[in-house]
Amino acid sequence: MSCSRRTFLTFGALTLLALSRVPPFLTRTAFAQENTARRKTLIVIFQRGAVDGLSLLVPHGERAYYEQRKTIAIRPPQSGNADTAVDLDGFFGFHPALAPLKPLWDARRLAVVHACGSPHPTRSHFDAQDYMESGTPGEKNTADGWLARALEVSPPVQVNPLRAVAFTTTVPRSLQGRMDAVTVSNLADFDVKGGSPLPGSGIEAQPGFEHLYEQGIHDLLYDAGREAFDAMKLLKARNLQASPPANGAEYPRGRFGDTLRQIAQLIKADVGVEIAFTECGGWDTHVRQGNERGQLAARLTEFALALGALDRDLGDRIGDVAVLTMSEFGRRVQENGNGGTDHGHGTAMMVLGGTVRGGRVVGRWPGLAKEQLFDGRDLQVTTDFRQLFTEVAVRHLKLAPGIQLFPKLSVKADMYPGVMQS
Amino acid sequence: MRQSLGLCSPGMGAPKCFILPRTFLHPAARLSSGIGCCLLVGLFFADCSGSRGQSGLSDPQVGSPQHSKQLRLENPASSLTEHQQILHALNRLGYGPRPGDVTRVQQMGLATWITGQLHPDTIPDDAVVLLLRGYPTLGQSTSDLLKKFPNNPQPKPNDSAMGPAQNQPPQEVPPERRPFRIIQELQAARITRAVMSERQLEEVMVDFWLNHFNVYAHKDLVRWTLTSYERDAIRPHALGRFKDLLLSTARHPAMLFYLDNWLSVSAAPGKAGQSSGLNENYARELMELHTLGVDGGYTEDDVREVARCFTGWTIDRPRETGQYLFRLNQHDRGEKRVLGTVIPAGGGESDGLRVLDLLARHPATARFIATKLARRFVRDDPSPAVVERAAAAFSRTDGDIRATLEAIITSADFMSAGAYRAKIKTPLEYVVSAVRVLGGQVSTSGTASDGAFQLTRTIAGLGQPLYEAQPPTGYPDTATAWVNPSALLRRMTFALSLVPNRVPGVWINLPQQLTGVDRRRSEQVLARLLSVVLSDEVTPKTQDILVHVLSDPKINHAMEDDQGLVNTDAETLAALVIGSPEFQRR
Repeated sequence: MSCSRRTFLTFGALTLLALSRVPPFLTRTAFAQENTARRKTLIVIFQRGAVDGLSLLVPHGERAYYEQRKTIAIRPPQSGNADTAVDLDGFFGFHPALAPLKPLWDARRLAVVHACGSPHPTRSHFDAQDYMESGTPGEKNTADGWLARALEVSPPVQVNPLRAVAFTTTVPRSLQGRMDAVTVSNLADFDVKGGSPLPGSGIEAQPGFEHLYEQGIHDLLYDAGREAFDAMKLLKARNLQASPPANGAEYPRGRFGDTLRQIAQLIKADVGVEIAFTECGGWDTHVRQGNERGQLAARLTEFALALGALDRDLGDRIGDVAVLTMSEFGRRVQENGNGGTDHGHGTAMMVLGGTVRGGRVVGRWPGLAKEQLFDGRDLQVTTDFRQLFTEVAVRHLKLAPGIQLFPKLSVKADMYPGVMQS
Repeated sequence: MRQSLGLCSPGMGAPKCFILPRTFLHPAARLSSGIGCCLLVGLFFADCSGSRGQSGLSDPQVGSPQHSKQLRLENPASSLTEHQQILHALNRLGYGPRPGDVTRVQQMGLATWITGQLHPDTIPDDAVVLLLRGYPTLGQSTSDLLKKFPNNPQPKPNDSAMGPAQNQPPQEVPPERRPFRIIQELQAARITRAVMSERQLEEVMVDFWLNHFNVYAHKDLVRWTLTSYERDAIRPHALGRFKDLLLSTARHPAMLFYLDNWLSVSAAPGKAGQSSGLNENYARELMELHTLGVDGGYTEDDVREVARCFTGWTIDRPRETGQYLFRLNQHDRGEKRVLGTVIPAGGGESDGLRVLDLLARHPATARFIATKLARRFVRDDPSPAVVERAAAAFSRTDGDIRATLEAIITSADFMSAGAYRAKIKTPLEYVVSAVRVLGGQVSTSGTASDGAFQLTRTIAGLGQPLYEAQPPTGYPDTATAWVNPSALLRRMTFALSLVPNRVPGVWINLPQQLTGVDRRRSEQVLARLLSVVLSDEVTPKTQDILVHVLSDPKINHAMEDDQGLVNTDAETLAALVIGSPEFQRR
């Protein structure tokens, strides 16, 4: 692990290697000139902590749902009552907190895959997240992540330090691999600030730092340093601070909304982001989950408002964007003794974008009667997350059909759940 | 301006290498003269260099405590020089050297120094005790904190029931009365201790165990219990027996809140159809993260059975006393079967104790803890040999943490070239080591100008807000987790603000580090900085680049001090060295 991420010396396409490791002074001139081509961007949002899919997309047509959730079920849709599920197709409904997403659903830009998840039965957050990000359920020694592999199979048009951006403090497992990802916590911080104590005298620190990391050594540290300065210059050249949200989009306060706002900035500035990754937590609702209101409702409200704002902010650029939400597993059907839910199995994932076949609940619904449950307790998984991820990545990023992003599972087009326009 | 504050710093500018008998210059006596002066300006700095006089480093009596067993460190195969071995030990068993540390360890002998670190009680640490007086919550009980920092919900601004009063601003709770103050003082104390304490290994181990038994400050009432959690459950056992640590965390309200066990009650048999009151959260993480590890061989059934054993382990009046309590009427009294062992019905509280005992003695636990310790102290991917050695020591001694550490430190792997500088510093390690290496001093006034508060924010900005890791895994301990472009830029930015004293409440006396150097001669300045910051352990390439920087015509700038008008820009130069790839490693 420790030397795998950036020291990719042995295999892989040699041309790719050459491209991604041109000396920094050359690459800088390269992307200063062009880089204006509009390109496809995939935004991946990991809901860490296992979101309760049964509250996100409510099976209000299931009696068993109400039988097993005495205090936390979302009431079936009732016209005129905003504290009930938002009906989608007579059987499923959104949690009322997701009402801001209904217009996107109606405009057929938003699809939900229910009973989606991993074939592996683990209920450990850590393992399940690891399996989902590496894309190899049950296999811990996979060196790279599924998004890193997606980058690898589609060589960049030109060298670009911002091809993959993670709005996380550390490079997520999904993006660890031979292709580099840049992590950002705040675009405004992407700078070396400070310097000589006396203005107009003393040396400038930035070139010194840049040279220190420009040495020929390839390891985690030096590569990160080089990427930092490349990305910094590109961002400075585009003057991102000058672009406020468009179309009156209002992001909710907080880190998640702030992150989606910055992802939209990058997309609108055409800096060449192909994959943007971010995450949000607070889904591990073991206690006092709440129903139409409460803890989970508050998290879903922020989530929906942020996604809605992103869609509005991007305007017609949503045609170039696909947003995929994921979570490591779902939560138990039966509520626990603390008004919460313990770790379960299948959950719901969403896909939003201009090339989505939206306005549909996708996947086979396995039912919630006792005999229909996984291990007698949890929602079954009827769509393997790898089927969904492959379809979204291949169709949206225009990867070669038949490409295998998941080593243990070859997903052919007839296995796609059918969320994207072909 | 900060210079004038610096005058208040007791012992400032005192020779650093004084070796004085403890009785001759007690730190309490020496510092007390400074406190009065500092109170005037609302600040007090402890002298970090002067207090060395009483340290475990300089006092041979302290350094070679009464324990008969002297550590055997000889590793004839080690390719490290003696100098490198000392540096390595200071970087791994502590938060890096302060000025002069390498020399002092050399004088007392590395084995003596390590032996002292393994027995922190033998090292006086009075200066830190004094510094921590700025954080009064550290000594308070959970019930006192609950009283002193009430969790009064603020009236909502749009609360219609407020009526006409809404024009009046809601009564502001001053920051020092808000519950977050408790966490702020804990964070500051951790940093203060890391920077100033002579018991460096103890601080490293406290960090290790707080991370291993992670709780999140902002869940439920954890905030009011964290002070006691660190003080009463973690610190006393940091180098002690694993089983004690396991029990003290299992019973602590901080853990009971964080992993929900306080709410886990036996399923009521009379109410068919009602959902079970069982909560599996603690049971699962206890095995996955605290003891066996995820591959430790337990099943989903074990998780449920362990959860049944811990039903009734709860908290007495959470908002008043916040103390552990076993409630028999919430306990599942039936028979359980955990990892193949039958726990007979009617065991009550002892069910949980049986489970902890079973887990603490399990070979998978020995391996899991050994692996994590080896990752922390040796390298990200420790060899099976060192893990095996540590696991064997753990098992042999019934989970003696000190003995396990000794096994790692005395292994061939520890002092090997493959371990030397193989670890990337975490944000906490980076920031603290930077302050230490320049002999920095940190104000612990508890006011807005508190230097440790400031460093807390810096560390949070680098991705590691202390006590605020939400997942039960705590923070990762591998390079891939901490090395990334934007964080690296922020580390450089920090270096650029630290050296010229732009971090409020943190004071670096760079001229002191340059004593004897002709500041008009930039190559002399650089040579000294490389010696102070990197102990001359620098790659030729980095050296070349820094020498090249000296050719910048702006390297000399006008600055009025006792060295005259023409001066090397030592601040920026020092920041470059602190921000260099070499200093990211330990």
